[in-house]
Amino acid sequence: MLTLCHALNSGLRRAMEDDAKVMLLGEDIGRLGGVFRVTDGLQKDFGKARVMDSTLAESGIIGTAIGLALRGYRPVCEIQFDGFVYPAFNQIVSQLAKMRARTNGRTSLPVVVRIPVGGGIGAVEHHSESNEAYFAHTAGLRVVYCSSADDAHWMIRQAIAGDDPVIFYEPKRRYWMKGEVTPEDEGPPRPLDRAHIVRRGSDVTLLTYGGMVATCLAAAEAAAEAAAEDGRDVEVVDLRSISPLDVRTIEESVRRTGRAVVVHEAPTFAGFGAEVAAQVMTRCFYSLEAPVERVGGFNLPYPPAKVEEEYLPDLDRILDAVDRVLAA
Amino acid sequence: MSTSNIVRSPAGSSTPSPANPFTSTADLPRAPDGFIQFIAPDGQLRTDTDVDRDALGRLTRDLYRGMRLARRLDDEAFALQRQGELGLWLQCRGQEAAQVGSIAAVRADDYVFPSYREHAAALWRGIRPADLLRQWRGVANSGWDPEPYSFHIYTLVLAAQLLHATGYALGVQRDGSDTVVVAYFGDGAASEGDASEAMNIAATNDAPVLFFCQDNHWAISTASSSQSRTPIHRRGAGFGLRSEWVDGNDVLAVYAVTSALTEHVRSGGGPALIEATTYRMGGHSTSDDPTRYRTDSELEAWRAKDPLARVEALLRAEGWSDTAFLDEIQAEADELADRTRRECLALQAPDLADAFATVLADVPQLLQEEHDAFVAYRDSFLD
Repeated sequence: MLTLCHALNSGLRRAMEDDAKVMLLGEDIGRLGGVFRVTDGLQKDFGKARVMDSTLAESGIIGTAIGLALRGYRPVCEIQFDGFVYPAFNQIVSQLAKMRARTNGRTSLPVVVRIPVGGGIGAVEHHSESNEAYFAHTAGLRVVYCSSADDAHWMIRQAIAGDDPVIFYEPKRRYWMKGEVTPEDEGPPRPLDRAHIVRRGSDVTLLTYGGMVATCLAAAEAAAEAAAEDGRDVEVVDLRSISPLDVRTIEESVRRTGRAVVVHEAPTFAGFGAEVAAQVMTRCFYSLEAPVERVGGFNLPYPPAKVEEEYLPDLDRILDAVDRVLAA
Repeated sequence: MSTSNIVRSPAGSSTPSPANPFTSTADLPRAPDGFIQFIAPDGQLRTDTDVDRDALGRLTRDLYRGMRLARRLDDEAFALQRQGELGLWLQCRGQEAAQVGSIAAVRADDYVFPSYREHAAALWRGIRPADLLRQWRGVANSGWDPEPYSFHIYTLVLAAQLLHATGYALGVQRDGSDTVVVAYFGDGAASEGDASEAMNIAATNDAPVLFFCQDNHWAISTASSSQSRTPIHRRGAGFGLRSEWVDGNDVLAVYAVTSALTEHVRSGGGPALIEATTYRMGGHSTSDDPTRYRTDSELEAWRAKDPLARVEALLRAEGWSDTAFLDEIQAEADELADRTRRECLALQAPDLADAFATVLADVPQLLQEEHDAFVAYRDSFLD
């Protein structure tokens, strides 16, 4: 059993052992091991040339990673917190995402941008945001979320090994959640861009990712426990990759259950759930028993920590949406 | 500079570069404020350093040729834009000395990150005119494969390339290579945060990168005097870069300073910066109207400092050229213009359907569906 944080650390270590071109850059990732300790011990073992403490400049981190990738390296960048990625926005969306298309497919930029994401840890402003929709809207990026130790360990390695730029989200409220990691000799569990049905159910599909996967699983368990009276058999799909989106798995699940609720932390307005709901509507319209519901944050800047539990989707809000689609 | 230095001629073939007659920046003639100039605007050679005059003559002729060809290409592209054959063109007229002087002074395998006006430098590296025009005719997002030329594609978002150059240089450093990375930018781009971040990251990591700023006086309509209270070379020094200030309309001075600073970087001395003071004689682009923000008298004053006329005067004054040489270059320039026009008109629009394959390493399911739907829709029309 490893925590998600340790699973990431072991995945990064293996990636660096496997390929001498893999290098890490970010603020405070060296001696400190990163503010969440994801890179703990890596500078000691791989040296300062491969685990590089960056100057305090997010655009600089991504921009130099692009140059390193052009030179044949595989940089893995750490952005310290979700809300600090905006100074690097131009380098990510105009340069990192578009270089392949700008060079007519000639140039690969195998750059991974790791971002601790989301709320639930009582942080101050700019430390709890969910900004995946900005990047999912940009062609040329892969945007993935890990949600368990197993996925964290394998997805980070797959992200590094692939030739595309990847925005790699790590739900910070799950850094300390433990789970089994598939042994090396069994190989990577599933491709980086495949969704994963983490709980089978027959009444309704929860479509979710990142920190909300564990919350949705808990909601599904709570619903099952009440099965005797008014129970619901809830299926939970971890989308894992939101761009590209694995519509096949979504389609398969929703056609079977006939009902869908999309759950994420980001504000629902123009959030990624809108895309998922639209895909479900287009592809599964004649299988749907009820309109697709969304559960997410409100259209507010992320609120102060003392009230974040009201802002974030929780079991009650998710089960309330489940009730609504079942009542329809 | 090493004698193995190879420069590619504009025809794409390789020719040996002239021997470098200069040795260091220590003996460069400079004004008390640090401004380095060899050739006075009247063509008078100021250098009294101990240089090989024959080598200097050969070098001057080579650089003159590169500048003349670049101006001819620029004029032809401007004409093509006015005739509706190019959507946009960004003239480099006036900046030939800054570009040719610098690109000729670095090794052919020194990796260049240009901004978007470095046509003279690109031509020197052997990039074909049609490839230079591709982007401006609207048939591609960029024109050439960077690898064979060690010359990256143009970057239109200002100063972004300075970070790419710095990152590339960090890779060079890790590879233990003696390649130098050269990054071009302008006075306007110097105001971008990325410029400061790049200089600082390069300095703190001793990255082997040479920043080359062409201060052409105008960022569209904003004068460089409004852009910065401090000359760029002083800012470079403030970040800890070896910095020099050169007359950007003096091709020999630019060449000498670039040679010296490139060797400084190559030999492990850390990053460096050159500020070349020059002038953009055209508009920012063919959509710009420079008469709205600058005066005729300013333009006239800079015409008197034309970098090309200055070298011609020098070649004559020193007896380094004759009619046959000038006629030969004239013929070559005319041929270049003819080829530029022919190749431009032959450029074909791309097939949008092909773009779907250039987004990610493989085409994901949703994108494949969009592609198929687009192709089916297009094919549904009778014509």
